[in-house]
Amino acid sequence: MLEIFVLTEHRQGQIRDITFEMLTKGRDLAEKAGADLTAVVLGKDVREHAKTLSEYAKKVLLVEDKRLENFNSEVYKKVLSDLINKHKPLLIMIGHTSFGVDLAPSLAAALKLPLASDCINIEFEGATLLITRQMYGGKVNVKATVRKVGCYIVTVRQAAFSVQKLSMNGEIIEKSSSLTEEITSKRFIKYVSPPLSGVDITAADVLVGVGRGIKDESNIPAVEELARSLGGVLACSRPIVDKGWLPNDRQVGTSGKIVKPKLYIALGISGAFQHVLGMKSSDLIIAVNKDPNAPVFNFSDYGVVEDLFKLVSPLKNKICELKGHKI
Amino acid sequence: MDVIVCVKHVPETAEAEIKIDSTGKAVEKIGLVFDINESDDYALEEAIRIKEKLGGTVTALTVGSGDADSTLRKCLARGADQAIRLTDVKFNGSDSYATAKILHSAIKGLSFDLILTGALASDDGYTMVGPILAELLGIPHATMVKNIEFSDDVVKVNRELEGGVEEIVEVKLPVALSVQTGINEPRYVSILGIKKAMRKEIKVLGLVDIDLSENDVGEAGSWIVIEKMFVPPVEKQTEFIKGTPEEVAAKIAEIIKSRGLM
Repeated sequence: MLEIFVLTEHRQGQIRDITFEMLTKGRDLAEKAGADLTAVVLGKDVREHAKTLSEYAKKVLLVEDKRLENFNSEVYKKVLSDLINKHKPLLIMIGHTSFGVDLAPSLAAALKLPLASDCINIEFEGATLLITRQMYGGKVNVKATVRKVGCYIVTVRQAAFSVQKLSMNGEIIEKSSSLTEEITSKRFIKYVSPPLSGVDITAADVLVGVGRGIKDESNIPAVEELARSLGGVLACSRPIVDKGWLPNDRQVGTSGKIVKPKLYIALGISGAFQHVLGMKSSDLIIAVNKDPNAPVFNFSDYGVVEDLFKLVSPLKNKICELKGHKI
Repeated sequence: MDVIVCVKHVPETAEAEIKIDSTGKAVEKIGLVFDINESDDYALEEAIRIKEKLGGTVTALTVGSGDADSTLRKCLARGADQAIRLTDVKFNGSDSYATAKILHSAIKGLSFDLILTGALASDDGYTMVGPILAELLGIPHATMVKNIEFSDDVVKVNRELEGGVEEIVEVKLPVALSVQTGINEPRYVSILGIKKAMRKEIKVLGLVDIDLSENDVGEAGSWIVIEKMFVPPVEKQTEFIKGTPEEVAAKIAEIIKSRGLM
């Protein structure tokens, strides 16, 4: 029987959402290909995870070993290679996350299997694997074919697929760990959280988010004033934190915070998915960008194609006027 | 510490309007400004800082056309000791697997302790050259690296995870690290520095100089072949507000007020 593998991603006792997203898509692909959907879970004391996963998959392959307690690409590569060589699945789905990008490329190279990364859609046309992914920061999509081999690896973008639960009542199959000697080339030490500045952007009703379009650190105070005029807080996309213009807890996106304010004003943010994922559930999104094709407009309620610097001051004045404040 | 840094010459598109070209498989390059890929710039800076702190050499490598020389000159101006460009028409159409193979065949004869790459290319965004290269060289790797500390024969690195959390992992040297943006502050290079770098030699290698065949590179040696490029579908129908900045500001303020947000 053909199989589709979904690799379970879990951290600190929690199965991560991407796993269920992949299982939902995987089930759809498995049905069409006449394959079984198999969730693969590696870890230590993860029997509970296996039970949860059995609701989503036909089979759950469970491998427990104390050396699998925390994610380690070298250890995962060894155990997964053995499972893949034995089962020869049609497709192996791994999250395009910090975990997946550390594991999938070297796993693919080691097994000499083709890998398509950061996929937002996956389909089979006969025996050909067709994938859709984005390029140029989400400004264009591409459809691509993957070299034909009969066994493929894909990494799947977060939130590309929504989750549907079915009571599959899948079979849990325990596999003994194939780890023999200790793998010493790479060792997990610990998790750390960088120090915070004290502003919680997830609690704000109004956020003004700034991106590369802000150009220079000296322009930060003007947008901060705009945010303040709305009783809101200033947030930003990754490049602003990278440059050290705002502290890291102001960052909206996959590597920062997921926010759902009542109003999100995006200024000079192009809208790469890493940022969009962090703000697209806001009640009202207004985006300002010079590029009429900026991806941020695909997720906004209102859009303005304009140089943000021309708009910031009139907007602040207008808001103060409507609020009856002195300018 | 001998460091190899792999860089890519890419168009700056974060703020540029881009168009799909007549082939329907690539973007129109005319009018775009090219520079070193953003995360590679941080990797380069990290390489130079390591050299300044621990001594050793920095070698910059790229796979690209002659145009990529400006990116290699930037590496030399910043402090790289030598630059190698891998150029061949047969390399055209290479995905990151084929690119990693090309880099591997050039690197395997060099002596090094550390390979640095950027975490992500801003054009194709595959996120995989570094770890594939590591696998081909038979050395360990770490991706999404936000901090690097050396002690004896290992490096301790902070890897960026989701939601502002990091993990610390220890990896044995030699190692390939994919560097995330924000790891440092890339320095500016003076005009004089760039002028000096103009006089340095850039070594150019083609397919005949490396241990690969035609079938290993380009589309033939790739995992992924692009069939078509298209504009992403719209998820939410945006209502565009038009007018002078004052008119637009008034309309936005009204919308905000009507939602009870003032």
